[in-house]
Amino acid sequence: MSENGKIKAIVATDCGSTTTKAILIKLVDGEYRLIVRGEAPTTVEAPFEDVTRGVLNAIREVEELSGHEVLDGEKIIHPNESDRGVDLYLSTSSAGGGLQMMVAGVVMSMTAESAQRAALGAGAIVMDVLASNDGRLAHEQIERIRHLRPDMILLSGGIDGGTITHVVELGQIISAADPKPRLGVGYALPVIYAGNKDAAGEVSKLLEEKTVLYNVANLRPVLERENLGPARDKIHDLFMEHVMAQAPGYDKLMGWTDAPIMPTPGAVGSIIETIAKRQDIEVVGVDIGGATTDVFSVFKETFNRTVSANLGMSYSVSNVLAEAGIENVMRWVPFEMGELAVRNRIKNKMIRPTTVPQALQDLKLEQAIAREALRLAFEQHKSFAVSLKGVQQERTISDAFDQSSSGETLVDMMDLDLLVGSGGVLSHAPRRQQAAMMLIDGFLPEGITRLAVDSIFMMPQLGVLAEVHEKAATEVFEKDCLIHLGTLVAPSGTAQEGKPCLKLEARMPDGTTINEDVPFGEMRVYPLAIGDRADVKLTPVRGFDLGAGPAKPVEASLSGGVVGLMIDTRGRPFTLPTDEKERVTKLERWASAFGAYPS
Amino acid sequence: MAHAYTPGLKVADLTVFRKDRRLPIKGEVLVKKGDKVNSDTVVARTHLPGNVQLMNIASKLGIPPEDLPTVMKKKEGDHVEKGEAVAETAGFFGMLKSKVPAPCGGTLESVSTITGQAIFREPPTPIEIDAYIDGTVVDIIEEEGVTVEAVGTFIQGIFGVGGERTGEIKVLVESPSEPLDESKVDGSCKGKVLVGGSHVTWSGLQKVMDVEAAAVVVGGFDDPDLRRLLGKDLGVAITGHEDLGSTLILTEGFGEMAIAPATFELLKAREGMKASVNGATQIRAGVIRPEIVVPMRDAGKDDVDVEHVASMGLDVGSRIRVIREPNFGSLGEVIDLPNELQKMESETMVRVLSVRLDNGNEVLLPRANVEMIER
Repeated sequence: MSENGKIKAIVATDCGSTTTKAILIKLVDGEYRLIVRGEAPTTVEAPFEDVTRGVLNAIREVEELSGHEVLDGEKIIHPNESDRGVDLYLSTSSAGGGLQMMVAGVVMSMTAESAQRAALGAGAIVMDVLASNDGRLAHEQIERIRHLRPDMILLSGGIDGGTITHVVELGQIISAADPKPRLGVGYALPVIYAGNKDAAGEVSKLLEEKTVLYNVANLRPVLERENLGPARDKIHDLFMEHVMAQAPGYDKLMGWTDAPIMPTPGAVGSIIETIAKRQDIEVVGVDIGGATTDVFSVFKETFNRTVSANLGMSYSVSNVLAEAGIENVMRWVPFEMGELAVRNRIKNKMIRPTTVPQALQDLKLEQAIAREALRLAFEQHKSFAVSLKGVQQERTISDAFDQSSSGETLVDMMDLDLLVGSGGVLSHAPRRQQAAMMLIDGFLPEGITRLAVDSIFMMPQLGVLAEVHEKAATEVFEKDCLIHLGTLVAPSGTAQEGKPCLKLEARMPDGTTINEDVPFGEMRVYPLAIGDRADVKLTPVRGFDLGAGPAKPVEASLSGGVVGLMIDTRGRPFTLPTDEKERVTKLERWASAFGAYPS
Repeated sequence: MAHAYTPGLKVADLTVFRKDRRLPIKGEVLVKKGDKVNSDTVVARTHLPGNVQLMNIASKLGIPPEDLPTVMKKKEGDHVEKGEAVAETAGFFGMLKSKVPAPCGGTLESVSTITGQAIFREPPTPIEIDAYIDGTVVDIIEEEGVTVEAVGTFIQGIFGVGGERTGEIKVLVESPSEPLDESKVDGSCKGKVLVGGSHVTWSGLQKVMDVEAAAVVVGGFDDPDLRRLLGKDLGVAITGHEDLGSTLILTEGFGEMAIAPATFELLKAREGMKASVNGATQIRAGVIRPEIVVPMRDAGKDDVDVEHVASMGLDVGSRIRVIREPNFGSLGEVIDLPNELQKMESETMVRVLSVRLDNGNEVLLPRANVEMIER
């Protein structure tokens, strides 16, 4: 591989379960920019059963669209010389079901939770969490392991130097289950042991004959600290060696790439973590797909990822209804429609997941469901992205009335700086205003928050690129990946409809000024283009807060976007009227203020 | 590019149908290549490893785990009977002995001197798989199963619940748009594969189950009724393992929807013949749709019209079915496949096709919202 400074052209692909996406990045006037994007169907399944077919087809589309030659027959031209070939070729993959893991730890809320965090952070789907106190009997746990057939198991438990009995018991349970991997009949299942180092010998005795056992450093060496890095790195290595190597065509693809292939969600997490660190901001990212919704966050320099495996907009659309309940879905539907019709329509989408909303009513219904999918996925994320549990805290008398304890969520919506959405329902919404409203209603940001969408979902490719060339990844992320929707101002607090809530004073880039009192219960948008900024003074009335304290004014320079400067005085906590007519009227009024739908 | 392909559900008058019948783990294949089999012929058999039971012997005897070897009466790998003593303390001069009985019959698999725990494995449970269809064994998958082939009618549904069943086809309605209610179901339906019309009502389905029909095939069903049937909201379309009296197969979707006329006519033509049906549905990568197979012993492979079996691309003249609102369920013919993206009422920009519906209306539809009628 060339040195970073000499890299002029990069191709990165993401092999998804249905589509393989390729991007071409080039150094233009000293800056890395996205040139084009191409896509082709993924070819992991019959009749092709070779992932490289889809990769070559996607790269060919990139060649056709850009005129930049990348392939010589079926080989990637390496390195780039006189505008031909590339200096770096990278790939991510979630094809063939991605990385499916089972994790185990002694105590559900401690080592098992740390193990889950390590697996999720590495980009895995966690199929089940096994713990000594998970409420199941041993034979039930064994039955479950046998039934699931994960790609690998991460076993943790105990702090270094602590008791070894419980973690050895977990080892016995895994050994008794004699688990088999999902792919590759006849192969042994990889198990990573990242628990009490004193138990490693006993665990080896139990598992080394039945599985391929790897020992790494304890992921919870002391109660007060997690050490997820070694386990996460080992998961990535094994993903390549065991899972990818079994998938059709990956041995060839692995020979082409200049860096290890990463699981797609792991790569998305990597770019979000990089951006949060570089800009020193608190970030939440969401990728709402057909089957799953991934949420990523960085708060207080701690990265967290969750996968809501059955919340999505096509395959899992009916599960959103099952989990949220019909009332919660119906509350976002901005027209009157009977429950039977809503239910049947959702089920019809489930059984024909590739159809698209042709009628406006259908689009509105899908976007109503998306709000609930986002809300539920974020609820799950908030309850998982917490400070370490089981940590004793030193308290002084001044803390006596402070209820904070270990295990509190790290997610603080008032501190959130940037909310990024991606996935079909957000990225392909016919109007960007619709994406903005879905993000606002689904996440309910508080204070001042920038909103953006990843229009063509290239975060995975940029994530793997960030691992080897951070500069290129972050430049493209800021300039070409994100579509800035604008800045949202949403005071926390509640009042009666129409009562004073917020005073807005703004100097817009064209020199005009805005001086308005925004009453409670409103949604407003002021045009403020991408790249423009408005100097504002925002003064919440008594009972409302924008982050500086109750009724304290905030002065800031806010950035614009394709939607503009957005004001939401509907209150936090947010509620909708229960009366259907009143609710529909409000939903219509807010959508109309944003210009979200054709009239 | 005036050529596109949107796969539809297969409705084949006469086709070659093959089904892999595999054991979940390796076992014994009981038939040979070329054997004629019936749907209930057992083709392969194996034994699933028995359940495991754990018992902490050290804590039962009140001794440290490392002392276990001194009290064990059985060693790892030994056969044990339920209640048989597996460990025993020495007691005082042969008195006051404490015994630990085996919690189940089977094998003592392991004893740990770290945890004090013993693992007992129950005897293996036998499982068998049958041929599912009347046909011929055309391939043997060594130690795993067989491929059974039959020539006959094959119809795919869109969604189903309940597993494999066989029975004679009995059509209960006059037309594909007639709903099926309880008045049409009686004792003569027992063990049959029933064909309804546009919809089966909740009470109709109850009656189908009461008379122990093998299955019911209809156009549509209401989601609230599915919820009542399963006892929960179905989140993800992975079905087939439900413990229901009768299998339910929908050919069109949720709501009231006439069975496609070609499907209905075909089922009517096969009335009185034995069908093998399966409601199993999986809508994920590697889609599985419910199916109705009617093997026809007299037909040979030569009778199958290969032209019809091959999947054709979507082209001008293709017959299609609309699979989303508006016009959901309507049939028509493709009259144009424009290249340019077009804006729909929802403002979504999509690739489209122009269709003349059977009612004479010409409409523009997203290509993703139609499926080809494959024959």
